[in-house]
Amino acid sequence: MPVDIDIAKVARLARIGLTADELAYYGQQLQGILEHAALVQALPTAGVAPTAHPLPMVNSFRPDIVEPTLDREEVLAQAPDREGPYFRVPPFLED
Amino acid sequence: MTWEAVIGIETHVELRTDSKMFCGCPTGFGAEPNTNICPVCLGLPGALPVPNETAIRWTIALGLALGSTITPHSVFHRKNYFYADLPKNYQISQFDLPLCAGGHLEIDPGTGVRRVGITRVHLEEDTGKSTHLGGGGRIHDSDATLLDFNRSGIPLMEVVSEPDISTPDEARAYAHELREVVLAMGISDARLEEGSMRFDANVSLRRIGTSALGTKVEVKNMNSLRSLQRALAYEIERQTRLLDSGAAITQETRHWDEEAGITHPGRSKEESSDYRYFAEPDLVPIVTTQETIATLRRDLPELPAARRARYVELGLEAAAARTLVAGPLGTLFEATLAAGAAPRRVANWLTGEIAAYLNRTGGDAGSLAIDATGLAQLVGMIETGKLSSTAAKEVLEGMLAGEGTPEQVAAARDLLQVSDEAEIAALVAAVLASHPDEVARVGAGEEKLVGFLVGQVMRAGQGKADPKVVDRLVRLQTHT
Amino acid sequence: MDPADLTIAEAGARLRSGDLTAVDLLAAVRRRASMTEAILHAYLTIDHDGARAAATAADVALAQGRDLGSLHGIPIALKDNMVTRGIETTCSSRILAGYRPPYDATVVERLKAGGAVIVGKTNLDEFAMGSSTENSAYGPTRNPWDPDRVPGGSSGGSAAAVAVGSALAALGSDTGGSIRQPGSLTGTVGMKPTYGLVSRYGLIAFASSLDQIGPITRTVDDAVTVFEAIAGHDPSDATSYRGGVPEVRSTLDAGVKGLRIGIVGELSGEGTAPDVAANFRATVDALAGAGATIKELSLPSTAYALSAYYLIAPAECSANLARFDGVRYGPRLAGRSVEESMSATRRDGFGPEVTRRILLGTYALSAGYYDAFYGQAQKVRTLVIEDFRRAYSEVDVLVTPTSPTTAFAVGEKANDPLAMYLSDICTIPSNLAGDPAISVPSGLDSDGLPIGFQVLAPALGEAVMFRVASAVEQSSGFTGRPALATSAGAA
Ligand SMILES: [Mg+2]
Ligand SMILES: [Zn+2]
Repeated sequence: MPVDIDIAKVARLARIGLTADELAYYGQQLQGILEHAALVQALPTAGVAPTAHPLPMVNSFRPDIVEPTLDREEVLAQAPDREGPYFRVPPFLED
Repeated sequence: MTWEAVIGIETHVELRTDSKMFCGCPTGFGAEPNTNICPVCLGLPGALPVPNETAIRWTIALGLALGSTITPHSVFHRKNYFYADLPKNYQISQFDLPLCAGGHLEIDPGTGVRRVGITRVHLEEDTGKSTHLGGGGRIHDSDATLLDFNRSGIPLMEVVSEPDISTPDEARAYAHELREVVLAMGISDARLEEGSMRFDANVSLRRIGTSALGTKVEVKNMNSLRSLQRALAYEIERQTRLLDSGAAITQETRHWDEEAGITHPGRSKEESSDYRYFAEPDLVPIVTTQETIATLRRDLPELPAARRARYVELGLEAAAARTLVAGPLGTLFEATLAAGAAPRRVANWLTGEIAAYLNRTGGDAGSLAIDATGLAQLVGMIETGKLSSTAAKEVLEGMLAGEGTPEQVAAARDLLQVSDEAEIAALVAAVLASHPDEVARVGAGEEKLVGFLVGQVMRAGQGKADPKVVDRLVRLQTHT
Repeated sequence: MDPADLTIAEAGARLRSGDLTAVDLLAAVRRRASMTEAILHAYLTIDHDGARAAATAADVALAQGRDLGSLHGIPIALKDNMVTRGIETTCSSRILAGYRPPYDATVVERLKAGGAVIVGKTNLDEFAMGSSTENSAYGPTRNPWDPDRVPGGSSGGSAAAVAVGSALAALGSDTGGSIRQPGSLTGTVGMKPTYGLVSRYGLIAFASSLDQIGPITRTVDDAVTVFEAIAGHDPSDATSYRGGVPEVRSTLDAGVKGLRIGIVGELSGEGTAPDVAANFRATVDALAGAGATIKELSLPSTAYALSAYYLIAPAECSANLARFDGVRYGPRLAGRSVEESMSATRRDGFGPEVTRRILLGTYALSAGYYDAFYGQAQKVRTLVIEDFRRAYSEVDVLVTPTSPTTAFAVGEKANDPLAMYLSDICTIPSNLAGDPAISVPSGLDSDGLPIGFQVLAPALGEAVMFRVASAVEQSSGFTGRPALATSAGAA
């Protein structure tokens, strides 16, 4: 089954800034894999419920209880950029 | 006017649980930046969410309050979009199986009670907070952005209305009523200025008399009921002008600029069709049994609409009922009723003198020096004739100033009304004796002089005699 | 005997008898690492100080009569996708270069509480995506049986370390076979528990509904020991099973007499290397000889399992890996805007296989394609589960070769993702079903490379699974060690 892929849009949605060459390369690879993956469409599944989860569990909750938080310095030490008690990032383009 | 507005409102309400939606971090407002954080709400590699049961129960309870159908098998989904204040770059939210579906809210915009349909109520997690440096604090032209994740992961209910609203006044009434409901349930602080309740509105116009919907514009960033109302008024006018001039409406997201009083287009996140929703594989479904629903329904408090109706039945004016239910004095009102006081009189004092006092002093209801017992006693003293209404005002003043119980204040200020018949009869007899001419003229049928004689008795009694008793005795003694 | 060649059971006995200290055992393992790492590159990080402190503490505790259990003093390696507080955790990705997590995974806490000595963090295919441990930003791991070959993957570093003796046991993670296939290719035991039995908290997710942590060891008995130590409910993982862990040890040596064992036509035929097929038949015959009833079964949907897996796993991973954006941790590339910076950081930080799968998953979840791909894959998943359910109404366990081939050459499949994906054909179905499975060494091929035999059981069927695995271990008599281990031990 031929698969139609707008690879530039997919890369943008995935926030991966690929070059034109890379887009072409991955576009072609996805084509191949998806044609194989499209085999799943050959199996008749009318009336079959999808499985999102292997174990049939429900209602896994936690009580509303406060637990210890992380040490801010330990966390911010891993940040690529910080300003005082904040994480710092370049300006937002979108709002 | 050839156009009518079609408005739907999405309301985000932060729940006031102790801990966050999917982790044990505290939810308190105003903590030092990045102190209420853990691997889960910071989106650290390897961290996993576990849902807060209280948040789920409260959301279902709100659904019950709104008459929703509770989804028997509800599922959390991942809503995928990249945003620096969204730590995982997906939000755990709900998609086609929200906790609550359908329902309605009764609103009263001042033109009569009407219903606004509720599409759904679902549960999700809040994002972190960003502060833009430079460029006057605006997103555009800023130099950098600072991120604080304290708010990240706070449970957020989203209530989506049907597009049943047609005026800014109705929108405001809807938002107001929803706020009243969550406050009555005690599930949110619903503080608009702190952002714990936020509104987005979808606005389109259609030709009056037609049913086809026009192009929809999403208006965001309204931080108060007033700005909701203003933004919608602006947006309706903007769209009306465009349509009147034959131009088309662009489907877009616009932001309300409170200072400028206008909406302006924002460069938006992904299109809604690009969110790539799929069932959150780190979580399992939520199955709500009929027993749970019955328990939550049983535990629902009296809702504002029912409470207002009850007050009206007790004889209150609709306006007074609204004021008491919405305002800070409702609790004191209930307590005073419980102490046995007459509803209408209590309501009048609360919505009149006491509300004015609070207004004047800027204090809150909790700081009042008056309590339910005192207020009930005060009202009782008026009913039994121990205080005139004028004297009662003075007594109240004294009570508010902390001078003691109504009896203490009335005694100290010498305001007690004389209702003792014998005492008043003596007074009447003395006054009549010193006014034989007038008494005779009354006897001859000059009725209007009764008022004069009553006034004389009241003066003689220094205003403390019960005027009703005085009136009766004067008539009795001049007609015999 | 060099202590690095001991099993957990043997080492435990010697630690308790006073023949051996945890510090000496660690030293032996570290010596083995120092002699083999230049060739193998099984480890990304060795935690010298932490391991020494833990070994010393283990000796002190034992001397004071505080015995923390079967892993007390045992040197264990962790796949580098399990977070360790203060110890660099990279998932073999540049996007996490230098990252020191502020917390320990639940399995790490359990190992520590059980007295284990964590030696270090092992190499993997970046974010556990791959079957050869070649997709590591920090260079590939080699197979100790033949360094020109891959150790399998993605838990290749853990498998190589255990095979060569630079750890007595290791933890791996298995999303589509990533414990069992490297186990098979390195002559070690690799076990994937029932989904939900081992907490995923602190396991850097690849595909959340498929991932499961499990042991890689030298013997089935050791696998049981590690399984017992790490399994159990964890309130921090909402998908953690609350019904208790199956008791497995008491039936471990019960043999296979009277058990019904199924062979899956679809998973042991075409594409299987002749030596692997022959070894598989011989092993099945031995089980029959030991009293098991052998039955041939068909699982028709498994033919589609691979395709379903290569939609479900990338879809989940595309969201799981969205958090790596250079905002809160990891290196960041500059940009005029945060969006530009994220795009640059992610392009630079992810290797080609990870990029490929993120794009694939993003596409499969997109509007207009969801039903055709992801939605349909989830339905196929249901059919695979139903196939298994039917099979387990007729047999107690299913058996297959773990991998269609023995270890392949480094670089052989590196540029052919589809061929690489096909090497997981026998292991993927149990991840889709959430069932337990184990690979046990069952012999060598004509090149002297290990062959693995896989035992599959229904959910929570660990007891019968271990029982059959133990029988295979005994009947095959496999005790082979790679030349690299014996030469290093002799030196
Ligand atoms: Mg929302
Ligand atoms: Zn948290």
